[in-house]
Amino acid sequence: MIRWILITILAIGLAGVAFWGYQEHQEKNAILIQAENTYQRSFHELSYRMDMLNDKIGTSLAMNSKQSLSPQLVEIWRLTSEALSDVGQLPLSLLPFNKTEEFLSNIGDFTYRTAVRDLEKEPLTNEETKTLENLYEQSGDIKKELRQVQHVVLDNNLRWMDVQLAIASTDKQSDNTIIDGLKTVEKKVEGYTESNVNSGLIGTSSEEHSYQFLDGDMISKDEALEKSKKLFEIKNNADVTITESGKGADIPLYSVSYRNGEKNAYLDMSKQGGKPISLLVNRPIGKEKISLNEGQKKAEAFLKKHQLDNMAIFQSNEFNNVGVYSFLYNEDGVRVYSDAVEVKVALDNGDILGFTARNYYMNHSKRDIPEPKLSVKEAKDKVNPDVKINEQFLSVIDNDIGDEVLTYEFLGVLGNETYRIFINAMDGTEEKVEKLGGTEINFAANF
Amino acid sequence: MNYKKMFLFFIIICFTTIGLQASKTPGTVYAFSPQVIQHGAEGDDVIELQARLQYLGFYNGNIDGVFGWGTYWALRNFQYEFGMKVDGLAGETTKQKLVDASKYDKQFVKEQIRKGRDFTYYGGIDKEKQTAPSKTQGNNTNKTNNTNAEPTPTAVNVPQGFSQNDIQLMANAVHGESRGEPYVGQVAVAAVILNRVESPTFPNTVAGVIFEPRAFTAVADGQIWLEPNETSKQAVLDAINGWDPTGNAIYYFNPKTATSDWIWSRPQIKQIGKHIFCK
Repeated sequence: MIRWILITILAIGLAGVAFWGYQEHQEKNAILIQAENTYQRSFHELSYRMDMLNDKIGTSLAMNSKQSLSPQLVEIWRLTSEALSDVGQLPLSLLPFNKTEEFLSNIGDFTYRTAVRDLEKEPLTNEETKTLENLYEQSGDIKKELRQVQHVVLDNNLRWMDVQLAIASTDKQSDNTIIDGLKTVEKKVEGYTESNVNSGLIGTSSEEHSYQFLDGDMISKDEALEKSKKLFEIKNNADVTITESGKGADIPLYSVSYRNGEKNAYLDMSKQGGKPISLLVNRPIGKEKISLNEGQKKAEAFLKKHQLDNMAIFQSNEFNNVGVYSFLYNEDGVRVYSDAVEVKVALDNGDILGFTARNYYMNHSKRDIPEPKLSVKEAKDKVNPDVKINEQFLSVIDNDIGDEVLTYEFLGVLGNETYRIFINAMDGTEEKVEKLGGTEINFAANF
Repeated sequence: MNYKKMFLFFIIICFTTIGLQASKTPGTVYAFSPQVIQHGAEGDDVIELQARLQYLGFYNGNIDGVFGWGTYWALRNFQYEFGMKVDGLAGETTKQKLVDASKYDKQFVKEQIRKGRDFTYYGGIDKEKQTAPSKTQGNNTNKTNNTNAEPTPTAVNVPQGFSQNDIQLMANAVHGESRGEPYVGQVAVAAVILNRVESPTFPNTVAGVIFEPRAFTAVADGQIWLEPNETSKQAVLDAINGWDPTGNAIYYFNPKTATSDWIWSRPQIKQIGKHIFCK
């Protein structure tokens, strides 16, 4: 009898201990993941900020006016301090990474000194411009190395917790890609506004306008269904579902989705006027049969069909056999940046795979675009003389405080980089300078 | 008179040599495919375009098979110098002029790309002097036997302001959060991440938003490190390129598993798949 009681108590005790152990284990795992996530965050932010840093320094090279240069230098200074704090959060205490930290703080010091000074009275000297150019080059190198390390980290799912262990253990043999990569970064250095993720300012309007250009009557569910079947290029109702948007939506919408085998599609249509706001079709894409250029013609035809007139191509890009095109509204030769639409075309058969006109319908309105007060020549004089201007446009953009301004837009080259520079056509302010990228070494290329 | 004859003779010689050369290396006769090449394109035609422009000294960048800004300006300069309409599009006439004016050694160029070498292709300089073994050469011994494979362009198009790594990181998060959701549902999650980056109440980097403590369950329980598939990458690209099926949402939740009452108080925009998106 006593034996049984003892056995039961012991069994319960054992189960209790097992349960407790399991909980501890779970907790430990959760904490490990949390720690890992903090490391990952710092690391990915570091590589992103180095990229931004490089970009900002590059952009500052093409700037001319003091009004835009000073804030830019402040921005660089801020980025260096953030990048430094990212480095500080990585478990690198045992790894020599101080040269990189020094490099960062040097950039910071330099930009701080130049930013707080009155550039109107004391503009950048030639040496300082040289320094900037050097910093641009060096930060470019570091950025490239870091991006390479980041690629390896992401590709092989490397854990920072393992790095920590590897650094802590004196075992010299441990082959660790992260450590090796970071050592390369450090070696490189020895030798010598993220404000907006969509740094492309297309379609970005800081103010949410109110879709004032959506007109027409409210349409019914059935009408919406008919219209969307046409857009999806299907006949029957079977695989289509339609829902209405909730009260959080900016404007009342019908959302129509379609799913059949490998193809599925999704459409947002305004209740008012039944205008397609956003369309996405997903299906496997075959081999490329039509060119990016032919795809553009398809996109243009599509816009015409949906009464989006006066849209001019702004940029085209090819991603995995899909052509992505951005169009800007064009009013008497003036491009309006906030009224943008994007179209996606499959380059295997020319189908429209996507369309979004949210920005267009939100921002488009009747505008009174004034005559520019400055001549092209006067505007050109405001641009950094080192930039070779190749193309020019008149554009309406949203400036830093969110006002729409008429600008001369210049596309120019400095060194190997292309810049987009906006000069206010009324008072000659340098509104925006943007370094254009858009291509990158293919880290995953098989060679 | 004499001059004219000599000139004619010269031209004939030129043509025959071109013909001879062409018949010797059949790869170079059919230059370019009939497509009009424009900014943003990638592939073989772009490689040829860049090589030919470099041969003539217009293009100084890498021959990487992606039509970026460098290629664009080179092409425009070429069109300007040769008295054509300057539009930055490589159409029928432009391509013909290019083919006439330059030589393209497809085999040489392709081989350099395949081997991942740093190389240039200027006309009038010995080709062998324009190539240097690349740093990555050490680890590609396993690739040498498939020399017949078409080389891929060594660069890719990325949306302005993003690296492939940013896209990959986002794809990881999207996959962890919404695999099994319809495609739009994945674009929507990616769009929410981007909307948060824009929003003043959230961190302003992609990594910051993704790794913000308690923001995404997939991050908290480690599902973010599952291998993402092509679909989630595609979805991220769409979101970056401007598609936002959520209509500017910055929160979403699964009504079946949501534990917080607070989330229900947000103004809802719509439901996509299992997720409700809200402001």
